[in-house]
Amino acid sequence: MITQMLFMRHEKKTLWAVFLIMLAAAFVPLANLLIPEGSAFHVPGYLVPLLGKYLCYALLALALDLVWGYCGILSLGHGAFFALGGYAMGMYLMRQIGDRGVYANPLLPDFMVFLNWQELPWYWYGFNHFAFAALMVLLVPGLLAFVFGWFAFRSRVTGVYLSIITQAMTYALLLAFFRNEMGFGGNNGLTDFKEILGFNVQAGGTRAALFAATAIALALALVLSSAIVRSKYGKVLVGVRDAESRTRFLGYRVENMKLFIFTVSAMMAGVAGALYVPQVGIINPGEFAPANSIEVVIWTAVGGRGTLIGPVIGAVLVNFGKSIFTAAFPEFWLFALGALFVATTLFLPKGVVGTVQQFLARRKEQKKADAVEQAYQDKATAKAESQLAILEPQAAE
Amino acid sequence: MYRAIQTFLVALCLLVSCLATGLRAQEDIRPLVDALGATSFPQKIEAVKALAASGNPKVGDILNNLNDGKLYAPKTGGVVYLEGPTDGVYLDVLTGAAATEVPGNLAKIRLNNGLRGAISTALSQLTLLSPDRSARLAASKDLLKDANPDNLTLLNSALAQEKDAEVKATMEAARAVILLKTDASAEDKKAAIDTIAERGNRDALTPLTAAMETAPDDLKPAIQTHINTITRSLALWDVAQNVWYGLSLGSVLLLAAIGLAITFGVMGIINMAHGEMVMLGAYTTYVVQQTIAAVAPCLTDYTLAFAVPAAFLFTGLVGVGIERSVIRWLYGRPLETLLATWGISLILQQAIRTIFGPTNRQVDNPSWMSGVFEAGGLAITYNRMWIIVFSLGVFVALLLLLKRSKFGLQMRAVTQNRRMASSMGIRTPWVDALTFGLGSGIAGMAGVALSQIDNVSPNLGQNYIIDSFMVVVFGGVGNLWGTLVGALTLGIANKFLEPYAGAVLGKILILVFIILFIQRRPRGLFALKGRAVEQ
Repeated sequence: MITQMLFMRHEKKTLWAVFLIMLAAAFVPLANLLIPEGSAFHVPGYLVPLLGKYLCYALLALALDLVWGYCGILSLGHGAFFALGGYAMGMYLMRQIGDRGVYANPLLPDFMVFLNWQELPWYWYGFNHFAFAALMVLLVPGLLAFVFGWFAFRSRVTGVYLSIITQAMTYALLLAFFRNEMGFGGNNGLTDFKEILGFNVQAGGTRAALFAATAIALALALVLSSAIVRSKYGKVLVGVRDAESRTRFLGYRVENMKLFIFTVSAMMAGVAGALYVPQVGIINPGEFAPANSIEVVIWTAVGGRGTLIGPVIGAVLVNFGKSIFTAAFPEFWLFALGALFVATTLFLPKGVVGTVQQFLARRKEQKKADAVEQAYQDKATAKAESQLAILEPQAAE
Repeated sequence: MYRAIQTFLVALCLLVSCLATGLRAQEDIRPLVDALGATSFPQKIEAVKALAASGNPKVGDILNNLNDGKLYAPKTGGVVYLEGPTDGVYLDVLTGAAATEVPGNLAKIRLNNGLRGAISTALSQLTLLSPDRSARLAASKDLLKDANPDNLTLLNSALAQEKDAEVKATMEAARAVILLKTDASAEDKKAAIDTIAERGNRDALTPLTAAMETAPDDLKPAIQTHINTITRSLALWDVAQNVWYGLSLGSVLLLAAIGLAITFGVMGIINMAHGEMVMLGAYTTYVVQQTIAAVAPCLTDYTLAFAVPAAFLFTGLVGVGIERSVIRWLYGRPLETLLATWGISLILQQAIRTIFGPTNRQVDNPSWMSGVFEAGGLAITYNRMWIIVFSLGVFVALLLLLKRSKFGLQMRAVTQNRRMASSMGIRTPWVDALTFGLGSGIAGMAGVALSQIDNVSPNLGQNYIIDSFMVVVFGGVGNLWGTLVGALTLGIANKFLEPYAGAVLGKILILVFIILFIQRRPRGLFALKGRAVEQ
């Protein structure tokens, strides 16, 4: 029955996307590890973590789309959940360094030795276990989102105000994590990782596995999102987006619905951050910067909000463009990104996917209309012909 | 043996100088000058101090010459000579006449850091007698901070000549502090304590606390009372100073936020490019400054008078351009104006970076905006004071424009009911464009002010945009008074938290406070009421 729920209720497009992503999850690592370097199908080693990074961003954009595209909550603080997940993973990776750090302290990470700390702060306990860290990746962003949302939605903070206080939240966290006293490495963040689950972080095999894990996580998130969106709850969620008061007056507990989707979305963002950190090898407070969160919004907008594959496509497209642009014309990347923001809002309010969908839908409609028209005309011609046929013998006479 | 004689000589000179303050004949200080040629540094330092205390008008020149390495003496000590215009020619230090019978083994008098320090202290003491009032005031303040009993004689003579009341008061306080350190009579000390306590500031607290240790027992209660009074008044002044800093920060926030209160508050546009308008204003100031320096350097002090209207017009025009090209397509979709204006802000930042380069540009303070003055226990910098005045001026002007002018009336009409206003014949597109231009222009004027206290760099605007939004949201959208109260409250709260929590933590606390505050009052401090809000 669960299989049925997982597979029967999805759109064909989503299933195709999941299939393609799973294909990538299998193909990229294999092509990197097994196909020899000379071959046209070989994926070079540097590309694997880069593609993995894109998929992490795609997962983050998908998380944002759940709240923005389907519930109308424009969060300008999703970078914070992403970074918190990243920090949870970074703390695990820090503890794995053990005594191989510069100061060779078996318990304390290097930056704590440097700051002359004597013992591990309490909140670092447990992060030497992967399972605990993985739990925290979900729990910390989820809890923050729950508490934040519980306050905000219950007091009916909506629209612009909500956007601005989410921005204030990530800004406050940015300032907090910059402080050395917080015990998260201050300005430099957490870096210099050695091992994950006993495997060397830098090794090709680990990177390939991390890519596969990211792709699988993204595919699972797509399936989960699709299940949420296409359930009865998802339909009401769209109702909240389009007419909040009306939904409330119909008897739905709007704040609870918002809270649920906000928390789920934050957890997804946290997972994205956790997968991101081992692949790029560093997490620092810069990830909390409000500008980062706004950039996530533009990925989603470019791809098409209110569709599930839109944000995935948007994140990959924009970041691919960024990689190419910053390598070729570093000066012009900000011009291009800025123009993209303006052009998307002005000319593609539904994003790439939304616009294509609209176009296809219109063509389908047109075809249908054409068909109806054709049928009508056929009928008319037939009638005319039959009349003619009746008349003809008379004319012949 | 030789050293013993020299020490004796120096001691004798000191004695002579102390006794003979009235007699300032040239020859009195000759032994002191010659003591500068002593072989050990402590002796030289003693000689410098003695010279300074002598009060002879030539001492300044002599010490300057010593500092510049122009004084020569025999290696074994003896008569000191001044370097002549050519090699091998030496002059008499006091008369400046060419010296005869110069010994052959002359060498430059060597300096070390201790001696250099003694020379500079001595020179600053000498300024006690300078004809320049501000130099005397500064010197007497230095003396008050670093009271040295050696200077008592000099101070007495300076006091005797002093006419200016403020300088005299400072000198008397310094004299009192010195008296406390010597073994003057108990009555003198009591009088001295009262003199010090009259000043009632931090300068007075330090010597009083020091005097507590050494004072005779019968004086101690008096000193303690004075200390308590001063501490209490200092605490009050500290509060006042914090309020002042808070007002200053608040006025900066007000300037940055008030334009946003127009675009966001009145028009409902989330203008993320607002910070960049501030930045453009700051760069306009820079351009105006460079132009004036090139064309009419005599107007340098009036740069700001040209920069303010220039920045207003330029950023206002940019604002109208943005409104006509982008924003007018997005009315009624506030969250999308956020994205579009964010894109515009990226473009503007990169454009400025391409034109002016990524580094900071130097914008100078005009002379009337630099410096500090003291009001009671407050130290007030001129630039902060003028910025407070300027921001209040902008606020009042804007308020008048909105409430008293035809344009303001039309603007309010359009925001309250667009269709009705349009039906009454108001050209709403024009009003929209001008309103956005007005908000941007005010941001540009804020940029002129901020260029005086902050770095002019392409990232200038980014530092203010979040704070500005917090102010507008906290104060309440669509209400200028809310912006004023919000900016000043946040500024003062920030400055009061800083001493306890540190600057960063203070800011975090403020942000958390605003997040919580929005829960209680989702529409800010001064919320608009009525049906127009529910759209």
